[in-house]
Amino acid sequence: MPTSFIPTAADLLRLSPDIVLTAGGALMMVIEPLTGAARKARMAAIAVLLIAAAMALSVMAYSDPGTSFSGMLVVDGFSTFFRILVYGCGLLTVLMSVDYFKRERGSESGEYYALIVFSLVGQSLMASANELVLLFIGLEISSIAGYIMAGYLRDDKRNNESALKYFLLGSFATAFMLYGVAWIYGLTGSTNLDTVRRAILGGAMEQSGQMLMIATALMFVGFAFKISAAPFHVWAPDVYQGAPAPVAAFLSAGAKAAAFAMLVRVAASAFFPLSAKWEMLLWATALATMIVGNFAALRQSNIKRMLAYSSVAHAGYILVAVTAHSEVGIAAVMFYLASYVLMTIGVFAVVTLVASKGERFVEIDDFSGLVQRQPMLAIALTIFLFSLIGIPLTGGFFAKFYVFKAALDSNLTWLTILGLLNSAAAAFYYLRVLVVMYMKPAAEGAGPVDPAGIGIKAAIVASAVGTLYLGVYPSAVLDFAGKAAQLVK
Amino acid sequence: MPPELTQLLPASVPLSWYLVLSAILFSLGIAGFLFRRNIITVFMSIELMLNAVNLTFVAFSYHLKQVDGHIFSFFVMVVAAAEAAVGLAIILTVFKNRATLEIDEVSSMKL
Repeated sequence: MPTSFIPTAADLLRLSPDIVLTAGGALMMVIEPLTGAARKARMAAIAVLLIAAAMALSVMAYSDPGTSFSGMLVVDGFSTFFRILVYGCGLLTVLMSVDYFKRERGSESGEYYALIVFSLVGQSLMASANELVLLFIGLEISSIAGYIMAGYLRDDKRNNESALKYFLLGSFATAFMLYGVAWIYGLTGSTNLDTVRRAILGGAMEQSGQMLMIATALMFVGFAFKISAAPFHVWAPDVYQGAPAPVAAFLSAGAKAAAFAMLVRVAASAFFPLSAKWEMLLWATALATMIVGNFAALRQSNIKRMLAYSSVAHAGYILVAVTAHSEVGIAAVMFYLASYVLMTIGVFAVVTLVASKGERFVEIDDFSGLVQRQPMLAIALTIFLFSLIGIPLTGGFFAKFYVFKAALDSNLTWLTILGLLNSAAAAFYYLRVLVVMYMKPAAEGAGPVDPAGIGIKAAIVASAVGTLYLGVYPSAVLDFAGKAAQLVK
Repeated sequence: MPPELTQLLPASVPLSWYLVLSAILFSLGIAGFLFRRNIITVFMSIELMLNAVNLTFVAFSYHLKQVDGHIFSFFVMVVAAAEAAVGLAIILTVFKNRATLEIDEVSSMKL
């Protein structure tokens, strides 16, 4: 029980990134209608400043790690890593959205950036929550903003459909997770992750083991939806295909990273005593997710839909590392997500540019002859696709390497072999894009690619540099991930 | 109530009754979500599931003699209200663009 309800300075510092983003986002909503149409571009600049401030504050908060608000929130290496990761993802999304909305709507709109900021609050709470109800609130803050963003161009039928499917299936999944939380609360008398862990160790398992397993299974359904693991992935292709390309990037990178953060923390802290029972479930889900993602991606002709299935497959690889249930596995998850976020944002930024007004050119064949039309863009896309395949000198290579190494360390030999076979099959559909881009002449109808604005250029360059950096010097990020993985308890 | 009837009924409703009721409500919500074709009805099914969760929270909270569960159910209500606001707005834009609320007709993207 708290001795005092007045938060201490340490409490506030540990929550400060979220406080700044919440207050800043609310302020943006207030000044947005008061800003003239010509000055709306400022809203993107405000969002960039806010996110940068939140990044700086989360680094400052890490100088004094610990829990705050009587164990509700925890600041450790793990949560700081994911906070920076989702903020970085938000930053890149803001940069690539500026030109997109100018192109699609002819005008800027400020509330979109406020929604990104709000979504980041939720994602950062998901990464740092030490309590199931706070976890749920973070998840909802992030998701509700995501529902609106997925349908942001409200006159576009594809956007409508994407938002509707995301909303209905997302809230359906949340209800499952919440029902699981309610049962965990009933069986252990608490929703704090540490207390739940102690209760499970201290006899809740013997008293009501069956109900406990059902409750964790219900929660797992909710998590599986959010990380788009098979068989709960069916929403992902429709949502990513229909949503505006920058939003699809944001949802498939940042929202997925935050969902994995919450899955890993719950599995490694509260339900660690149950890990032997979870292993079969995770093993099967990881394998099914890889297979479904890769083999469905092979058949796609729409590039956004193909990338959606590929993001399902990547969730499968990350689940392999989660299945390992070790500190090496957690570090591998963190490294994988860092490189996954960079390459996904990058590839979606290139798709945003090539798609042109109204997202007309989103078929894979529309990329034909890109190397003649836009050589720089083609090189950037090559880097991202190489990284998605997992070719050396890109972040994707080391990401896959560490994931499978962690799986081997935990004696998951068969899962490793099947995972490697899967990633070989995956190379096929990424290479198809490369072949079309380099070997085929430009199609008759393919218009010139619009000149890129400064924002989207910066986003592409930053993700390409980041991808190559992780591929050449993985040790800096990996060392931090290794240290942070020990703190998850 | 006549005295012989009060003797038949238990002094207080046992916890398991609440839990069974909430499980039934939750299952009805799932069934409605899966089998109903009207978007508004599907949305109401989700709300039913959230209310089943609330009932579970409150029942456990009463049983454990804690106040935490009551507070959680308030959080769930607030989130459900926010979700309803956004959800109905999304449903409204879908209706404006397509003039239908049948969920099978809102499916232009191939599987």
